[in-house]
Amino acid sequence: MPRKTMVEAIRDAMDISMQRDERVVVFGEDVGYFGGVFRCTQGLQQKFGASRCFDTPISELGIVGAAVGMAAYGLRPCVEIQFADYMYPAYDQIVSEAARLRYRSNGQFTAPMVVRMPTGGGIFGGQTHSQSPEALFTHVAGLKTVVPSNPYDAKGLLIAAIEDNDPVIFLAPKRLYHGPFDGHHDRPVTPWAKHPQGEVPDGHYTVPLGKAAVRRAGSAVTVLAYGTMVYVAEAAAAETGIDAEIIDLRTLLPYDLDTIAASVAKTGRCVVVHEATLTSGFGAELSALVQENCFYHLEAPVVRVTGWDTPYPHAQEWDYFPGPARVGRALKAAMEA
Amino acid sequence: MSDPKPLSFHVPAPAVRPGGTPDFSDVPISRAGEVRRPEVDTAPEEIRDLAYAIIRVLDRDSEAVGPWAGLLSDDELLEGLRHMITLRAFDARMQMAQRQGKTSFYMQHMGEEAVSCAFRSALEPGDMNFPTYRQAGLLIAGGYPMLDMMCQIYSNELDPLKGRQLPVMYSSREHGFFSISGNLATQYIQAVGWAMASAMRRDTRIAAGWIGDGSTAESDFHAALVFASTYKAPVVLNIVNNQWAISTFQGIARGGSGTFAARGLGFGIPALRVDGNDYLAVHAVAKWAVERARRNLGPTLVEYVTYRVGAHSTSDDPSAYRPKTESDAWPLGDPVLRLKNHLIRRGVWSEERHKQGEAEIMASVIAVQKEAERHGTLHAGPHPSARDMFEGVYEETPPHLRRQRQQGGI
Repeated sequence: MPRKTMVEAIRDAMDISMQRDERVVVFGEDVGYFGGVFRCTQGLQQKFGASRCFDTPISELGIVGAAVGMAAYGLRPCVEIQFADYMYPAYDQIVSEAARLRYRSNGQFTAPMVVRMPTGGGIFGGQTHSQSPEALFTHVAGLKTVVPSNPYDAKGLLIAAIEDNDPVIFLAPKRLYHGPFDGHHDRPVTPWAKHPQGEVPDGHYTVPLGKAAVRRAGSAVTVLAYGTMVYVAEAAAAETGIDAEIIDLRTLLPYDLDTIAASVAKTGRCVVVHEATLTSGFGAELSALVQENCFYHLEAPVVRVTGWDTPYPHAQEWDYFPGPARVGRALKAAMEA
Repeated sequence: MSDPKPLSFHVPAPAVRPGGTPDFSDVPISRAGEVRRPEVDTAPEEIRDLAYAIIRVLDRDSEAVGPWAGLLSDDELLEGLRHMITLRAFDARMQMAQRQGKTSFYMQHMGEEAVSCAFRSALEPGDMNFPTYRQAGLLIAGGYPMLDMMCQIYSNELDPLKGRQLPVMYSSREHGFFSISGNLATQYIQAVGWAMASAMRRDTRIAAGWIGDGSTAESDFHAALVFASTYKAPVVLNIVNNQWAISTFQGIARGGSGTFAARGLGFGIPALRVDGNDYLAVHAVAKWAVERARRNLGPTLVEYVTYRVGAHSTSDDPSAYRPKTESDAWPLGDPVLRLKNHLIRRGVWSEERHKQGEAEIMASVIAVQKEAERHGTLHAGPHPSARDMFEGVYEETPPHLRRQRQQGGI
């Protein structure tokens, strides 16, 4: 089985989608000739021509707004926002336009498009290259929001997102682009080439939207995680010796309540982890869902471990990032409650 | 160095407010026939003057004069007049229906009928408009059933949009009318994206974006001009300058720019200003811009100089911010009257036929209205079902929405 980095897997997904469907177009800042600042689109312009993959002016509003128009025309744009932190100028086009077009026109116009953006911290990117804005999308009716945690899922989810007939926000954790990351920033990274989840089949396949994956089966406590935090949770389980069941949500909306509820019914305990800030974060939704659907199975309060409610700092990155020590303490707290 | 003088803060204000005497004598108005008509492939830098003039065809004697005249036949002009009268009658009935409590909201076109009606006749089937809420003439002149418009306004059981949209936020892909957002300016960059897609696919269809004077201040306007300019998108970018953005006069959005059209010049986009109350001029300029787009010569920015005679919407009271007689003083007159007088001058129309035509059109609008009301009004129903509220959020209703619908007993 060939192994790929997450960057290569993302590129492969677009390459395959562009080969299979000539309506798929890819554009964004530095995306065309250069191939993107993270190299996710490297070679696509050479392969498919500048009508299919091209550079845009520095205008996130323009990128997404033009994509809405193209999608209404009948194309399937897959655009890149260089960092998720840069998406705010495009937010109105995402929330008021792409997300609602099908609804407000009663299906006369739709927005089958993907807005792909690198998300999360762990790269000393400071407050403008580290944010995790997923809750700003899961709050919006009409959007689907995806966060892969490994190259296999990144490719399969991105192909599924491009083929989906509704707008999909694809948040790729940039800290995972070249290898998994368990939160121990002072240890060497295992590259995807040496990691079993770096195995990515050639050719077309999809990972269905709306389906979670159980990364580690366990009986003591359920951990709900996505993106980078899946590896942090795995590290915390290993270090504490707690038999955690770690669920990688993969798609945040629509979420996979069946998998979540079945696990919490089994373990009776739940820890929710994400990098994004705590208050009104997606963890609040998960916590409420567990309470609403699993209350009579719960033996302890749901615990959340997240980034602090501060802007993402630079020098204090590893004080901010919810690493394995914090997650481990939360696992113990859930077990001891 | 001596102490600098204190700075002063500048807030533009209209020349006259309620109680004052309207005066547009300082508004430069080109004479009809005066402005040249360049070839459509003329370089943008050679026609920068057109962003400051006003292209006009109908003169004070109701003659069509100058290089932009002579495009439309008697029948086409009579058809245009019929469209404008229809739109005005439609507006009158729907405005009244809102006052009678049959719907929540309405926006009329009084004074601006020529802009959308005459533009529509310059398009080909398959072209796509990205309109604002004051271009219903695109639908009326484009043959969209008035019954569907009324049912949308009433949010009744036949509402094509299932009761989900505010009145007048129509949508018809078939008639080249993109779903109206209600958020301002968002559609402008979408029009450019649609046009880019058409060019990318080597199609022949073109797009038209629409925006008002006030919302040119939105970032979407700027993004649209950047993208249109960069990719030479086959799009006509229309600015309807009706002088008022609710209570805010156009000088607040225009700032130090001489005209709204002039905003296009920095982007290298040909920019034309046209008398928006002159059906013939609007059509001629629209044709010119549409041909440019169709011949792959790129975008054109067109400013229609007009005047919003009515209130912004049924929720607005213009007497609070402008003199009641201001519309009478507006120097470009009434578009329906001007075309009527021109047709009389051409010898193909008369006062009597006009009166008769207006009465016939009003009767037919009332007949459609009665038919629409048989299918319900917002306040009396029947409406689209509560179940319709949950449909169409996604292609397939996801589990969480299904659960919510069940919880709601719907």
